[in-house]
Amino acid sequence: MTICIKYFASLRDRIGRAEDRLDTPGELTVAAVWAALWPETPLPPNTLAAVNMEYASLEQIVCDGDEVAFFPPVTGG
Amino acid sequence: MKVELRDSAFDPLAELGFYRTDSSVPQGQYGATAIFIGTMRDYNEDQSVSRMTLEHYPGMTERHLRRIVETAGQEWPLLDALVIHRIGELQPNDPIVLVAVWSAHRAAAFAACRFIIEELKAKAPFWKREATVAGPRWVAHNTPG
Repeated sequence: MTICIKYFASLRDRIGRAEDRLDTPGELTVAAVWAALWPETPLPPNTLAAVNMEYASLEQIVCDGDEVAFFPPVTGG
Repeated sequence: MKVELRDSAFDPLAELGFYRTDSSVPQGQYGATAIFIGTMRDYNEDQSVSRMTLEHYPGMTERHLRRIVETAGQEWPLLDALVIHRIGELQPNDPIVLVAVWSAHRAAAFAACRFIIEELKAKAPFWKREATVAGPRWVAHNTPG
């Protein structure tokens, strides 16, 4: 299955790109998506995750075609 | 009800005038209008700030703003609501966000306006990047109130 990953703001600057694609044979959690892409880099503290534009826990299961996003705390308004 | 992202400067008071007369705000029905306008300061955390960039997550931001306003409409008897939020490059004194709420009475208008801006600050995926004399920096978190 294929998952699209997006990074925003300071997290994107830190890792140096805005998007990734992950091809994986089986089901993954959000945390496992990060670990598959960044095996050497722990998810920075306070990082938020979304699946298909809804906030998600790191334990949420990701399905084929999902869009997973990682970003720092939001600072709008 | 309207939620909009703007990529250039806007005048919140002019927007209120347009919206109140041209839109769904039911004339003769509202007794209370509560508004919040957030404006860019020229300092933050003891440092002067000359410019700011507002990044967002296209799609998720609009979805969450709409949901926040809909939730307010379920919680309080609102007649209408308007949210305009900037994205892109801002200068000090530029308005960042307008929240306006129309209701028959002030209690609902004040409470819903406060709810919308607090929820927006907590959940809508926007990020501020400031230009300072020491270089650019991302704002790490919002102030508590």
